[in-house]
Amino acid sequence: MTAVEMPPLRHSVSPLAWLRKNLFSTWYNVLLTILALGLLYALLHPALHWARTEARWGVIAANLTLFMVGQYPRDQLWRVWLSIFLLGALLGLSWGIWKNAARGFALIALGAGLAFALIGLLLNSNVWINWLLAVALLIGFYALGRILPIGRRFLVTLSWLLYFPLVILLIAGSRFIPFLSPVSSNAWGGLLLTLMITIIGNVASLPLGIFLALGRRSKLPIVRYFSIGYIELIRGVPLVTVLFMVSLLVPLFLPLDVRPPDAVIRAIIGFILFEAAYQAENVRGGLQAVPRGQYEAAQALGLSGPLTMAWIILPQALRVVIPAIFNSFISLFKDTSLVAIIGLFDVLRVGRSVLAQSEWLGTHREVFLFAFFIYWGFNMAFTYGSRRMEEAMGVGRR
Amino acid sequence: MSEIDQTQDIIISRDVHKWFDSFHVLKGINLAVKKGEVIVIFGPSGSGKSTFIRCINRLEEHQKGQIIVDGVELTNDIRNIEAIRSEVGMVFQQFNLFPHLTVLQNIMLAPTWVRRVSKDQARETAMQLLKRVGIPEQANKYPGQLSGGQQQRVAIARALAMQPKIMLFDEPTSALDPEMIKEVLDVMIQLAKSGMTMLVVTHEMGFARAVANQMFFFDEGQIVESGTPDEIFKNPKEDRTKLFLSQILSH
Amino acid sequence: MALTAFLRNVRVLQILAQILFVLLLALAAGFLYANVTTNLGRQGLTVGYDFITNPASFDIGESYIPYEPSDSYGRALLVGLVNTLVLSVLGIIFTTVVGIIAGIARLSSNWLISKLAAAYVGVIRNTPLIIQLMFWYFGIVLQLPPVREAVALPGSIFLTQRGVYLPKFDPTPTVESWRVFIWIALVSIALIWFLFRLIQNRPGQLIPLWAYLAYIVVPVLILWIGFVIQPEPPLKENLPVLTGLNFRGGLRSTPEFTALLFGLVVYTGAFIAEIVRAGIQAVSGGQVEAALSLGLTRPQALRLIIFPQALRIIIPPLTSQYLNLAKNSSLAIAIGYPDLFSIAGTVINQTGATIEVIVIMMLSYLSMSLFTSLLMNIYNSRMRLVER
Repeated sequence: MTAVEMPPLRHSVSPLAWLRKNLFSTWYNVLLTILALGLLYALLHPALHWARTEARWGVIAANLTLFMVGQYPRDQLWRVWLSIFLLGALLGLSWGIWKNAARGFALIALGAGLAFALIGLLLNSNVWINWLLAVALLIGFYALGRILPIGRRFLVTLSWLLYFPLVILLIAGSRFIPFLSPVSSNAWGGLLLTLMITIIGNVASLPLGIFLALGRRSKLPIVRYFSIGYIELIRGVPLVTVLFMVSLLVPLFLPLDVRPPDAVIRAIIGFILFEAAYQAENVRGGLQAVPRGQYEAAQALGLSGPLTMAWIILPQALRVVIPAIFNSFISLFKDTSLVAIIGLFDVLRVGRSVLAQSEWLGTHREVFLFAFFIYWGFNMAFTYGSRRMEEAMGVGRR
Repeated sequence: MSEIDQTQDIIISRDVHKWFDSFHVLKGINLAVKKGEVIVIFGPSGSGKSTFIRCINRLEEHQKGQIIVDGVELTNDIRNIEAIRSEVGMVFQQFNLFPHLTVLQNIMLAPTWVRRVSKDQARETAMQLLKRVGIPEQANKYPGQLSGGQQQRVAIARALAMQPKIMLFDEPTSALDPEMIKEVLDVMIQLAKSGMTMLVVTHEMGFARAVANQMFFFDEGQIVESGTPDEIFKNPKEDRTKLFLSQILSH
Repeated sequence: MALTAFLRNVRVLQILAQILFVLLLALAAGFLYANVTTNLGRQGLTVGYDFITNPASFDIGESYIPYEPSDSYGRALLVGLVNTLVLSVLGIIFTTVVGIIAGIARLSSNWLISKLAAAYVGVIRNTPLIIQLMFWYFGIVLQLPPVREAVALPGSIFLTQRGVYLPKFDPTPTVESWRVFIWIALVSIALIWFLFRLIQNRPGQLIPLWAYLAYIVVPVLILWIGFVIQPEPPLKENLPVLTGLNFRGGLRSTPEFTALLFGLVVYTGAFIAEIVRAGIQAVSGGQVEAALSLGLTRPQALRLIIFPQALRIIIPPLTSQYLNLAKNSSLAIAIGYPDLFSIAGTVINQTGATIEVIVIMMLSYLSMSLFTSLLMNIYNSRMRLVER
């Protein structure tokens, strides 16, 4: 007699059973649950009530541009929008080509764009048109990406690499380009400042970090000790002290006839020097993950040191290191909040100056929450996107 | 031990010693390899056999004695090292293929960058080599997509792409599943029959019986016994040799 | 011929490369040094540490060692260093407790508790510390009621907007003779520890859990004997009492210190929670299975197998979190707590001795980091699994 195949027993969990198992399983769990619920209610109820009735959210609406771009000249804001449009297009294109890897970021951007458009509509500001345009670009380029032939893929990678210097050029401007009049970095403020520092800091610190990591593994003792010394020095002191030091010392170290760079540039230099030490440790982890056999095979084939490093070792090392690099990006984003201490106009400083306006006295809770949500929201979004990307790329496997 | 003849011997090792910190791993190795010979080196693990052949292309550095490859002595002189490395190819136990490059790119890399061969020429040679080792259809795959035996054959092709005069093999089949050992050994036997000078560290006695001209038994950093496969298998002279052979030939 | 052969020697090339590197560094350093002296010279300043002994002439809000504005700059910097150390040490102790609790809560079988812990970690780790500090300071501590309407907690603890008042303990005349008993009690603890070690080193002997009570019972017994002989306790309570407009007596934790301590503890605690959680989860399930199949009970397995292995995994990242806390204490400047960084800033402002003070400050932070790393490395190497 043949075995009878029976459908699996359906084990449906009733809500009551779930509650019993997860919240009230033992006597102390019952106690904890009750305490926790009580605490939540005591904290959330007044907070939500305040948010809906007493809070004056107008302070944010009225100063939104300040929060976003600081003192950036209002007639040059098209450059910021252009950067956003380019980002939308690139994200859409990447989503179309690499599907799963870029999907996390693309969906976040899509959602954010729509949400901002909605907020813009509610606030009767014209920006909703711009946001919808950005979303449209994303979708349009997504379609384009789907049809793009495979051979063209590396062009997209190239575009991403070019995007960041391009954005820096767009925002900062240059004397040599007719449409892009120079905008002094002193005018950068708010979220724009935070993002610029994060991008430039992260992008520029990686090459320096790679050099330091290679130096740390060098057979030449002097190079090795110098690298170790630099890395341990930077990692042993707080970030504010590095920023402080660079701010004060750069003018001292420059010869008399060179104009000292303005405060934002000095802060960026400080971040680059600081991040490089941490990136070096990330890259070192990646280098250690490459099996010794790879070095030996390259040597046996007669490949010289630099060639081996460039074509064999580093490509493999950097793949392993990508999650760590994303983490660095997120922590750098958070750390930029420290520039408020050295007097730059990031979101926090803008918040404080807004609070000083007589019209909005006493709205510190609203301002604080807004700053909080900007940082938290961006971090969560970025973490989600990078997590999806790592999963799709199978980092660690292959 | 045969007379060392500088004109015919392509590899000469004279009283080579090596220490790892205080551990004396090579205790005076003397041997000579003629052009076109196939040498099999065998022995228990830790006997120094891998270390010795890695000294020949300077992956390890010997501290005493001389190693002369094709008339060039292996010293700290960069030019000598580079000259020797371009004439000696190596196949590793762990294959060590570059995982981020395709099979074809793996083989083309060194000739393009070191010998400055044109891309097209390199590609042609690579495809010929792939045909020779029996897997031309895998050219555009990544190493991770190939079986162990296929990967090792690619490794052999990669080493051959540099047109070496000598091929070193460091336990080439030890990391393979049993059913794949034969395909790699077949390629190696073919290579031997084509006249390549080969130094092979292995436990595959069938291979030794088929093509080896000389066999060297290493134990505790020294050559305990040497001879033709006939001599070694039928009349091992030393007790240690007999013991080792009985251990590996029994299963 | 010999020269070219010499230059091709691998060793020689390595040495030449290093000499070149050192030369480049020296050139750069020389260039910078020249600029610095010129620039300073223009302002009429010189490089030197003479200012250290000059009177500081500024006041410091709170200090754990005696300080007057007439004290030297060197003294002022020392005050800053002590302030930083006190904050860091207290912070490390409290944050470890918070982090461990939160980490275990994350693994709780109670869905609500584990989700709350996850929310705590997710929110705190993803927002900048400076915003959290501002929240604690402006949003909570400064919002506490004025002194006369202080919130009273059991144990004579008072929460006000001027700070948190706690009971203090002052030494009494009998403290000297009590010292003997305290020493005996401490020695007894050490003796018990030795005894346990001796017993445990004998195969098959495990100290039952109840025996660990000896650590508490024996010293308490000794102290009780002392109490019988000498009724007056060595320390007297000094409770904060509201007199007039202010509290008299007791210990005051300033609003700045309180906010900073809470902020740092909560922030670092979230990171430690993740580390603890990951450490416990990293000890593979196979270990528990193996232990159970050998006949160990679950509590025994936890104590002998899981916990030691989890500890090994947890220690290194825990160390870096401790270091982070010590370094993050420098954010005190945003709130007005006079730590090392903020005092250093004041000194630089007043003396113009930028480089000298920066060097002192960096060396201090470096020493703290290196010292902590050293301690943890010693602990780590003793705990390392011996591998082939």
